[in-house]
Amino acid sequence: MREFDYARADSPRQAVSTHGSNEQAAYLAGGTTLLDLVKIDIMRPEQVVDINRLDLNEIETLDDGRTRIGALVTNTALARHERIQSDYTVLSEALLSGATTQLRNKATTAGNVMQRVRCPYFRDGVSSCNKREPGSGCAAIEGHNRSVHAVLGTSEHCIATHPSDMCVAMAAIGATVTVEGPEGQREIDFLDFHLLPGDAPEREHNLKPGELITHVTLDAPLNNGRSGYLKLRDRASYQFALASSAVIVTLDGDTIVDARVALGGVGTKPWRAHEAEKALKGQQVSESSFQRAAEIAMQGATPYAHNAFKIPLGQQAIVRNLTTLTA
Amino acid sequence: MSDHQNNGDSRVETFDARSPSRRRFLKSMGASGLAAATAPAWAQIAQASQQQQNAPVEPQDDGAPAEGEQQIQLTVNGVEHTLNVKPNAVLLDVLRDRLMLTGTKKGCDQGQCGACTLLVNDTAINSCLSLAVSHDGDSVTTIEGLSNGDELHPVQAAFWEHDAYQCGYCTSGQIMSAVAILNDDNIGSDDASVREAMSGNICRCGAYKNILAAVQDARGKMEGAS
Repeated sequence: MREFDYARADSPRQAVSTHGSNEQAAYLAGGTTLLDLVKIDIMRPEQVVDINRLDLNEIETLDDGRTRIGALVTNTALARHERIQSDYTVLSEALLSGATTQLRNKATTAGNVMQRVRCPYFRDGVSSCNKREPGSGCAAIEGHNRSVHAVLGTSEHCIATHPSDMCVAMAAIGATVTVEGPEGQREIDFLDFHLLPGDAPEREHNLKPGELITHVTLDAPLNNGRSGYLKLRDRASYQFALASSAVIVTLDGDTIVDARVALGGVGTKPWRAHEAEKALKGQQVSESSFQRAAEIAMQGATPYAHNAFKIPLGQQAIVRNLTTLTA
Repeated sequence: MSDHQNNGDSRVETFDARSPSRRRFLKSMGASGLAAATAPAWAQIAQASQQQQNAPVEPQDDGAPAEGEQQIQLTVNGVEHTLNVKPNAVLLDVLRDRLMLTGTKKGCDQGQCGACTLLVNDTAINSCLSLAVSHDGDSVTTIEGLSNGDELHPVQAAFWEHDAYQCGYCTSGQIMSAVAILNDDNIGSDDASVREAMSGNICRCGAYKNILAAVQDARGKMEGAS
């Protein structure tokens, strides 16, 4: 692994001042993305700012009913937290469907938000990849684009899916990302945090140089909401989603009062399906209403040579999840 | 290795596949340094295996760190070490190359195979994706720290009894994951839960059936013991 300078921070302020606006510095939390990519020379930090000692390990219920998660809460701790399991079931299920036991033990909430794409052309270090080498092109568009390539939110410059399951659940729940940076603290709506590739796929998120995620705050859970995460993949465990859905519904008898739908595995960012939610509200629980919403969710999808199956699969992820939750 | 072509100046490493001693020989070179270098190979082998069987790893103290090094305290299998490491030193490599605790294996080196699984403060993690310097003050348990003298840990004994390996390379990672899982009340005791919780430990020989049997058998023995 390449050499880098190392500093261990004791407070968010100190972490931010150590990092400064240095584009060649990187914050280190669980390390499951960063160290992996440094080892294969895709990320090349000159300085690593270790934030593991920061006091950002709490999960707190706020007075307004929201839930504030410290950046360093591990994926395991978050998934196992009593309130997350009961009030944000979709988030617990999403977390436990991702990676492996030992990776979830290391991986953090903020690190999961910041994880990089799994596109093999990004990771191989030699193929054209606009994320890795802006302007070099996208080998995936004409290449093997079956499993970790999107049909929603793609551009002619990048079609890699966002790999996170946790983020899909957060997109459905609604959340705010709190960051601390050289210019102070600010909040970013979770749905605005990740960027579409557009013509600048190397820009993946809304952080300014040196900004550090300190918390993710979940919106208050829907009253009497039922929620679940359904992940469809090539292997039953330890595999990224081909298509997944995070769904929250509230019912009055057989009528859908409110619904939240987000998709994973099919989009270039955690994909909230607002139009599908509108189509569900006020409808009776039925396969036809679910199917209609699912078709709306996948409207505008662009299939590539090997991933056209993701359009019906994404629809099916929604229909089946809704069917289970409303049974 | 031995069938590689010799390209120009590059050296071709060869070894005699019939000799079982290469690994121990290298290990003894690392452990005993130059003093042993002039001794006959068989003496080094005997010395190395004796060290491994009888002597726990001695506490290491590197003294003052050189420029560019970080000093860390690391408790490994109950023994406290003061080590100077470079910032990019990986926990797995420090355990294997500095402390000569080679029971923890390097497989993919990318967090994908689980061969390097060990316990940090009783939690199973991939040591290949861990900077040693990040673990200053932590307590590490490796496969070498499981047995009580000659008495195997129930999970080790169960792997033995159930023949839960073929080549053995993934075994220490499998065992460390199993120990963590059996001590975690949040993970279900049914076969499906164990398979899911162990999915981060890949066995290319495909000994999964026997691994599962060993884990479930050890569960009964650990519950019986407590």
